[in-house]
Amino acid sequence: MIVIQGSNMAEAHPVGFQWVMEAKRRGAKVFHVDPRFTRTSALADAYLPIRAGTDIALLGGVIRYILDNELDFREYVVAYTNAATIVTEDYRDTEDLHGLFSGFNEENASYDQTSWQYNGDESNGAKHDTETQRETAAGLEHESHGAQVNGQTQRDETLQHPRCVYQILKRHYARYTPEMVERVCGIPQDRFLELAQAWAANSGRERTSMLVYSVGWTQHSVGVQYIRTGAIIQLLLGNMGRPGGGVMALRGHASIQGSTDVPTLFNLLPGYLPMPHHADHPTFDEWVESIRHPGQKGFWGNARAYGVNLLKAYWGDAATAENDYCYGYMPRMTGDHGTYQQVLNMIDGKIKGYFLLGQNPAVGSAHGRAQRLGMANLDWLVVRDLFMIESATFWHNAPEAETGEIVPERCRTEVFFLPAASHVEKEGTFTQTQRLLQWREKAVEPPGDARSELWFFYHLGRIIRERLAQSTRPRDRALLDLNWNYPTHGPNAEPSAEAVLYEINGYDVASGRPLSSYTEMKDDGSTAGGCWIYTGVYADGVNQAARRKPGAEQSLVALEWGWAWPSNRRILYNRASADPEGRPWSERKKYVWWDPDKGEWTGYDVPDFEKNKAPTYRPPPNTSGVAGIAGDDPFILQGDGKGWLYAPSGVLDGPLPTHYEPVESPVRNPLYRQQANPTRKVYTHPINTLNPSPPQEHSDVFPYVFTVSRLTEHHTAGAMSRNVSPLAELQPEMFVEVSPELAALRGLSHLGWAHLVTSRAAVEAKVLVTDRVTPLRVDGRIIHQVWLPYHFGFEGLVTGDSANDLFGITLDPNVLIQESKVGTCDVRPGRRPRGQDLLDLVVDYRRRSGNLVHRYPPMVTTDVADSSSDQEA
Amino acid sequence: MGVRSWFEGWPVYRQLTGTDPLGRGAAAKSDGSRSLTARTDTADSMARSVCPYCAVGCGQRVFVKDGQVSQIEGDPDSPISRGRLCPKGAASKSLVTSPLRQTTVRYRRPYGTEWEDLDLDTAMNMIADRVLAARDETWEDVDAEGRPLNRTLGFSSLGGATLDNEENYLIKKLFTATGALQIENQARI
Amino acid sequence: MPHANALYGPLDPAPDAGYENPPPRMGFFTDTSVCIGCKACEVACKEWNGVPESGLDLLGMSYDNTGALTANSWRHVAFVEQPRSAGWATPAFEEQPDGPSVSPLTAAVGARTGTDTGTDPGLSPGSPAVAARMSGGPEFLGMPGAQPPGRGSGAEGRTDFRWLMMSDVCKHCTHAACLDVCPTGSLFRTEFGTVVVQEDICNGCGYCISACPYGVIDQRKDDGRAWKCTLCYDRLGVGMTPACAQACPTESIQYGELDELRERAAARVAKLHERGVPEARLYGHDPNDGVGGDGAFFLLLDEPEVYGLPPDPIVTTRDLPAMWKRAGLAAVTMAVATAIAFLGRRR
Repeated sequence: MIVIQGSNMAEAHPVGFQWVMEAKRRGAKVFHVDPRFTRTSALADAYLPIRAGTDIALLGGVIRYILDNELDFREYVVAYTNAATIVTEDYRDTEDLHGLFSGFNEENASYDQTSWQYNGDESNGAKHDTETQRETAAGLEHESHGAQVNGQTQRDETLQHPRCVYQILKRHYARYTPEMVERVCGIPQDRFLELAQAWAANSGRERTSMLVYSVGWTQHSVGVQYIRTGAIIQLLLGNMGRPGGGVMALRGHASIQGSTDVPTLFNLLPGYLPMPHHADHPTFDEWVESIRHPGQKGFWGNARAYGVNLLKAYWGDAATAENDYCYGYMPRMTGDHGTYQQVLNMIDGKIKGYFLLGQNPAVGSAHGRAQRLGMANLDWLVVRDLFMIESATFWHNAPEAETGEIVPERCRTEVFFLPAASHVEKEGTFTQTQRLLQWREKAVEPPGDARSELWFFYHLGRIIRERLAQSTRPRDRALLDLNWNYPTHGPNAEPSAEAVLYEINGYDVASGRPLSSYTEMKDDGSTAGGCWIYTGVYADGVNQAARRKPGAEQSLVALEWGWAWPSNRRILYNRASADPEGRPWSERKKYVWWDPDKGEWTGYDVPDFEKNKAPTYRPPPNTSGVAGIAGDDPFILQGDGKGWLYAPSGVLDGPLPTHYEPVESPVRNPLYRQQANPTRKVYTHPINTLNPSPPQEHSDVFPYVFTVSRLTEHHTAGAMSRNVSPLAELQPEMFVEVSPELAALRGLSHLGWAHLVTSRAAVEAKVLVTDRVTPLRVDGRIIHQVWLPYHFGFEGLVTGDSANDLFGITLDPNVLIQESKVGTCDVRPGRRPRGQDLLDLVVDYRRRSGNLVHRYPPMVTTDVADSSSDQEA
Repeated sequence: MGVRSWFEGWPVYRQLTGTDPLGRGAAAKSDGSRSLTARTDTADSMARSVCPYCAVGCGQRVFVKDGQVSQIEGDPDSPISRGRLCPKGAASKSLVTSPLRQTTVRYRRPYGTEWEDLDLDTAMNMIADRVLAARDETWEDVDAEGRPLNRTLGFSSLGGATLDNEENYLIKKLFTATGALQIENQARI
Repeated sequence: MPHANALYGPLDPAPDAGYENPPPRMGFFTDTSVCIGCKACEVACKEWNGVPESGLDLLGMSYDNTGALTANSWRHVAFVEQPRSAGWATPAFEEQPDGPSVSPLTAAVGARTGTDTGTDPGLSPGSPAVAARMSGGPEFLGMPGAQPPGRGSGAEGRTDFRWLMMSDVCKHCTHAACLDVCPTGSLFRTEFGTVVVQEDICNGCGYCISACPYGVIDQRKDDGRAWKCTLCYDRLGVGMTPACAQACPTESIQYGELDELRERAAARVAKLHERGVPEARLYGHDPNDGVGGDGAFFLLLDEPEVYGLPPDPIVTTRDLPAMWKRAGLAAVTMAVATAIAFLGRRR
């Protein structure tokens, strides 16, 4: 069985969808859960319409169904998850505290996680300053695998202890009944039960089920917890680390996985090492220890080596043991430096320059108006793209130019547009959605002034270093000592991408020999490597990512096509595909197993386990690092080697996923008094107005739910499709999908115009009336939802208003991603007004919703409407 | 051309004397049809590439003739995509050869109302100047308690999810050495 | 001599067209039950064959903004939104989508393209009916009972719905009227049994356009010539798969030897029937149909009309043999006389 939720796989990942069709051909059942009927639903065996932003309620219902009927894969759950682990006496659940967990601090709207810890491990959470973790998106560090556990855990493998995770889980989800699922999500009970029954029935020794999600899950103020809920189900049913199982994140850009592994993110360094924080990591040792957690089990125990190798790769000979490998050169975070904070800082005049590298925030980011006004208040902007995008022409073509808010003669921003090389005009690796690196050969030279980013940044660095060559200022040492000697070739002096890949892979400093595995990394400066999880991609001096052995000539796992991190492993935690004794759970689902004769793990994939660690291995008490992982602990990056049903730390908004309403919702949370995520990241900035939601007054001014997503025929903010004729003609205009009922209610006609209004903007679109969008009965009311594609903007062969203009900015506390999959709006017939009339319309809506003076709902909901704790900005 | 061969090339002759008396097949085949061949067969070179759109990572074969991309299609060897492409991947040749692609540097001066041309070298030097100036203007050595900060918040960057790992690596490396923290990409959005 | 079935009935067209020991007849089997409507076929075709843009118009025919097979669209994906007649709940809507349009006015607007497609006749005569059904908007759906769906008995009725998608293409008929009427020999039968317009011959007379029983072949206005799917004749010649079939992510478009495809299709229909999809049926597979069977045939999930296909196409030149028995003889005599005269002068 395949459950697709928060993803429109057939439309957004059509070629990946061939494997769903392949499974279907072999008899797999496909379920699709989505606010509207899409091309994915059309091919699914069952489709469940859902109110946008209520997925945790549905999945929580599935968890309750599994636990109540004891349908979990008990042997897997007891052995491989933390179901048996006992939690502290001080833990209080959302059942006890109206939707909050114990440890909530109203002052900074964050949790003290002490009471969430495993019994006997209470000291662990106290070290945590979750406010800082939120500001620095700490959930991303260690790719969330690394939250620590000290010492030995206490377990009750009968799962009867009232404070064991299993029982806590049972109590936490007790109220997620089929009736409640129907009330919250608008999914009829029989449809819900069909899903729950099928999921449970298609899991176990002989069968596995797969869960597929995309940004329909991540782009929420509770986004990380959506995925946690899916992971809980998959762990309970024994679907992790096994073929045909797993939680598949379908990522949306050619190398978006790569850009988190080798990050262009403010809070990360390559390999999910944290960017140093001024207070938490003043010294190298403190930085390393914060990653390594002395006493912790698992592969993060070698964090010192990973850190030293990165610094050696950056600063080469200058990085020595005596100077802590130039750790002092690193800039320090003091809080949230994320993209939305940056934009607000641009509006406030705090940021002078901005590079846009193949990204188009004027269309693609939430609150487009804030994006454009921010860019209009810079000293300089460098745009590197294939096409003249909206983010380069905002100064004369933006909607704000039409309203008079941006006037070219008064707009200071100096804009450099530099043409970029396309994917066939440069060589390098993309990391696709399953962590597979694939090398691209260069086909042709880029035209004219077009250059790769590799060229641009290498030469920018070269020029900057030349400028500073004579400098004696301490701040310039980091640049002057930088290991920046890459061979160049060709008429444009293009740097060698292969040389960079070699550095990312890592090498022995003395001999230059490329490392084969991160286990070869030393913490004494004798090896250097830019991204420890990528070590092995250049093993034996061979570009492993360029391997192209035809799929037809290898097994389905295809280990000789490209290279997957870590260590060319295709399914993570695949030790779990064997039982605790190391035997396959079943012949059908055989994948990786223990060969007792050879004394090693073997199978179709690279085993995700120490090759010669027997299933019977038990670590001596208090053993830390890799040796602390027992022979039957498959989750080798977790502090206790177990899959976490319950997260004692590492997730900032609670140890268990809980349904909170989206920040903008027409519905009062039917499950708890607490309305929205109490730890969400809120920006109280005058431009960031939010629509009121219950129990605030005037939420009826924005009665409809809107959601946005992709079309097959376009790509993200549209530059790579609206400028390409055979794609532009396939979806040539901005449109909004509405149900026949809403069309009748609001006087909308098919192919006529409508406009949507929020307290940020009004956006117009052609109307498509379709049964694919259905009103839902939610808690006794009819909720209307509408859908828009977010691809359109004001440049290109085909143009239209940008759907993302409608959104405000509220972020998930764990990773600082914005809630841009759900909001509230009004829908009106006809085109939107122009010029000053447009501004007046939006202001009028703000006035009617009581939001002329900006107000933000209280973080903790009380039942009193319009609480006095509202903040004013 | 000899008269005989000229005559034999005449469709009506072929129709009357050949196996195709109704003149609907072999006899009607034109010179163009006879000399037709697939341009992938006559390409000068073929590069093994990967689709630049979503993250499925479909294999592409990029065919080149006379220094120009003549065709891009799915790579049947790929165990991921088995030679198939979606409409976006299938449009890759139109993407890289689009007449709307910008191929020269464009410059808009402060308060300007028009784009201007700019030499690439000049642009690079102007950008380097601005980076250094913004950095100096906003440099922070230490925080209020004297702990090192070592940074600039004077400029920022957005993008990377469409770029190569090698490119992202250099961007992060250079920014970090410059003391610039504010790098972000689509993975946050 | 011509085969007895040269113009009607079962026939292997390549040997009939004078090819000695031709390769097996090649064709397409388009299985609409696995089509995801991605339109990769449309794009891959345009990329390979250099087919120009066909207009930037939102047609309102569900996700179909191509409209029809034209000189500038050799693959066309049709989208049909319809309530499902069989399912687990009561039908959501009274009116079936293959019924008449409720609002012809709206339909007409929806079906008309805003800009010239640059082709003639452009959108085929079959299409506006489909467009009409799709563009009728809320009225087309009607109001079931006293309450809108989703309100009375809950939302369950509303999910009883299906979205059909079909990639349409030239059928490469066994008896191709376009080819039979082509006076210049531009349209010809290839050794693979496919039907191809030779652009170096076509003079734009347009006879083929009215001859096609499917409304496929079309004239490009700027050059006047007729254009349609060639089944990638150039690719076939070097053993490659046509561009659309190569790209198709879900194997909805399958290319191969026609005999083998027919077997595969029959097995697929049987499988679908076994899995509770009784509505699955083949279209264009039968050598005894009005065009002698199509080289490109389909598995459909509803009546052909629902997809904008003629239910019972007949080769428009079926009655030609009788008419031509005399006229043909005269023409041949004339041609020979002309040739002799011409050759004589040349000498």
